[in-house]
Amino acid sequence: MNRFYLPLGIFALLALVLAVGIRHSPDKGIIVSPLIGKAAPRFALPDLADPSHVIDSTALSGRWYLLNVWGTWCVECRAEHEMLLKVHTSGRVPLIGLDWKDEDDRAQAWLRQLGNPYELVAVDRGGRAAIDWGVYGAPETFLVNPQGVVVYKHVGALDESTWTREILPRLPAAPGKG
Amino acid sequence: MLPELGHFALILALLLAGLQAFFGIAGPMVGRDRWSAAVTPALAGQAVMVATAVACLIASFVGNDFSVQYVADNSNSALPLFYRVSAMWGAHEGSLLLWILLLALWSVAVAVGSARLPPRFSARVLGVLGLVSFGFLLFTLATSNPFLRLDPPAPDGRDLNPILQDPGLAIHPPILYTGYVGFAVAFAFACAAMLEGRLDQTWARWTRPWTTAAWAFLTCGIALGSFWAYYELGWGGFWFWDPVENASFMPWLVGTALVHSLAATDKRGLFKSWTLLLAILTFSLSMLGTFLVRSGVLVSVHSFAADPSRGIFILAFLIVMIGGALSLYAWRAPLLKSTAGFELGARESFLLFNNVLLVIAATTVFAGTLAPLISDSLGLGTVSVGPPYFNPTFMLSMLPLAALMCVGIHANWKRGRLSDARRAILLSLLAAAVLGCGITFGIYSNGHVLTPVAMTIGIWIIISSLIEPLYRVRRHLSLPRALIGMTIAHMGLGTGVIALTTVQSFTVERDVSLSVGESATIGGYTLRFVGVKPVEGPNYEGVGGTFVVTRGGKPVAVMIPQKRQFWIQHQVTSETAIRVDHGNNLLLALGEDLGAGRWSVRVQVRPLVSLIWLAALIMAIGAAIAASDRRYRAARAAESAAGVVAERA
Repeated sequence: MNRFYLPLGIFALLALVLAVGIRHSPDKGIIVSPLIGKAAPRFALPDLADPSHVIDSTALSGRWYLLNVWGTWCVECRAEHEMLLKVHTSGRVPLIGLDWKDEDDRAQAWLRQLGNPYELVAVDRGGRAAIDWGVYGAPETFLVNPQGVVVYKHVGALDESTWTREILPRLPAAPGKG
Repeated sequence: MLPELGHFALILALLLAGLQAFFGIAGPMVGRDRWSAAVTPALAGQAVMVATAVACLIASFVGNDFSVQYVADNSNSALPLFYRVSAMWGAHEGSLLLWILLLALWSVAVAVGSARLPPRFSARVLGVLGLVSFGFLLFTLATSNPFLRLDPPAPDGRDLNPILQDPGLAIHPPILYTGYVGFAVAFAFACAAMLEGRLDQTWARWTRPWTTAAWAFLTCGIALGSFWAYYELGWGGFWFWDPVENASFMPWLVGTALVHSLAATDKRGLFKSWTLLLAILTFSLSMLGTFLVRSGVLVSVHSFAADPSRGIFILAFLIVMIGGALSLYAWRAPLLKSTAGFELGARESFLLFNNVLLVIAATTVFAGTLAPLISDSLGLGTVSVGPPYFNPTFMLSMLPLAALMCVGIHANWKRGRLSDARRAILLSLLAAAVLGCGITFGIYSNGHVLTPVAMTIGIWIIISSLIEPLYRVRRHLSLPRALIGMTIAHMGLGTGVIALTTVQSFTVERDVSLSVGESATIGGYTLRFVGVKPVEGPNYEGVGGTFVVTRGGKPVAVMIPQKRQFWIQHQVTSETAIRVDHGNNLLLALGEDLGAGRWSVRVQVRPLVSLIWLAALIMAIGAAIAASDRRYRAARAAESAAGVVAERA
């Protein structure tokens, strides 16, 4: 009679092991950008301030910069804008904007009205560059090091805690150029 | 609108599956036939709702609706239509939905096919299936809803994982899952029998065709997966003992045992509780496979999406389903005594050996798969278990199994006298040994000590399987489909043993570096490197290296292995070039650019590798033929008409 309980007993033991196993398993739920640790994708796009001028991303290398993907159609970008202005005034790292799937005159009006935190804004009207960067929703922010390697990616609006906990510690200690 | 409709349909399906489970299990228990009769409409509704949900999700993919998170994560407007449809099951949420759809389809098939079963019994079967559906629907809705919206919508999707952009993907998961899920039917039949507290030979007859059909699908699915890994992933092998591969292989091994144990239960009313246990185990291992793949407990090359919170849900579900079934087993199985006896040399004892060896094989695979997890949980550090463990332990149980089969196939039911068949056994063994040694030393002239042994066994299986059908043909006796199917499946196994032996013993593999114009000779083939040129596809760019392959001065092929860089996910995949020539499988994989025009390239010459997948296909075809035997359907009709089944030996 007893042997018929054997499978149940073995299974109970196994369930216990699996339960412990789950608690030990590393957190793999977070979406990690495949770009981290890899070279930032190259782009050559018109400058928002002067459409006849082309911004080539290779010219950006040699220093730290934050690439911020935004658009005037994006509600969260407006909420994020104040934080971006703070980043700009801190002078720790230059902000490069990627104006994504937007209209130039609206974007210019937005920056006039809310203030311009960006050193440069590249216009990605067709969204090709954003696809290369693996963007799937604005706003997104990438931290790129002087070697042109993506060090960190933040999805969603940039906030105080992300800035102080994730981005500042990754930057070199000495205050950067404005 | 469509995603919301799909989500709503999924919620309705959950409720209907709940009703299906309740009426199916409670109805017969309290003896209310009208409750039992409500199971079929509940199932019909559930199936329609699930199909609606699937259609909505596919429509979102086809229509590039990137406001749906799952679509935005797994598709792209540049993706060809074919892959936009197959992207539906390209990640976790969709593959669960596919699982649910297939379960609903199997349930409908059972409902239609079991119209002649006793109504209470079929209500119980469908009730248990409803419970499984309910659990998976709840899991999907609670942790893995594919219909979640993205606000604001993504302007374009992140594209399907490039590895999965291959025709193999389109058919591999549905076929594999059809096999996995199909064992739910055997599980439901087992639970229904235990709920009734009655199990007879007719029960085994009802269960057999479903189990055999599920086994055929699983066999095809595993073979396709292996073929896909070989051809698309360019890993240069056909089996890696990876946790995800093992997860599909364990139910296959136990399912194989179940198919054979059911034969003994059907013909002789034996091994009743053992058959029940195998039916529970087979489906439990299928569900455990889902758990291992999706929970992130085991790290694997296959786990595209893993999430611990999902793991906890699956574990709870497993405890309810498997724990419940095993409790039922502990309670009811002692009631099911087998009355018949048999002698040592009878067919029953060989089937018993078969079962024991298959379960041992499954246990060793299981232990090897879970060892890293167990050692990690106990804080003993991480261990890695690989082919050095799996290959010998697996062979240790498989070779005796194959050899015993060649004898057992000639044994009679009940009586243990093998003397009638002694001549056939010895002659077939002699012929096999001559052929096996001839191939090993005559054609390849090298190999391991076990090579001629394994080769002999493989050939012996094929010859032994053919003896009885040939005898019947000569005597103008009837050849039932079950026998034809069994013969074909066994010949497939023999083919598989021969193919595996050849590949394992005689493969030549080398990494060479070549500059343009240089040649290398490997395994009798000479390849000359002509150069690299850029290639471009709809969503990738890359390089292709051109190699001219010759054998003994005669041209064989021009092969162009590629390296592809996908734009959107920035992933590099290797597109191997494969050519079959004189039964040899040539594989070239382009390696690294070593600079100055030199490239590294991996060259493999595998004899008879295609035969492995062909063997699996043969086995699946054999099983399909056996499952379609009229005996199962005719017996069912007779059963309902007279309540008595004439036993045909």
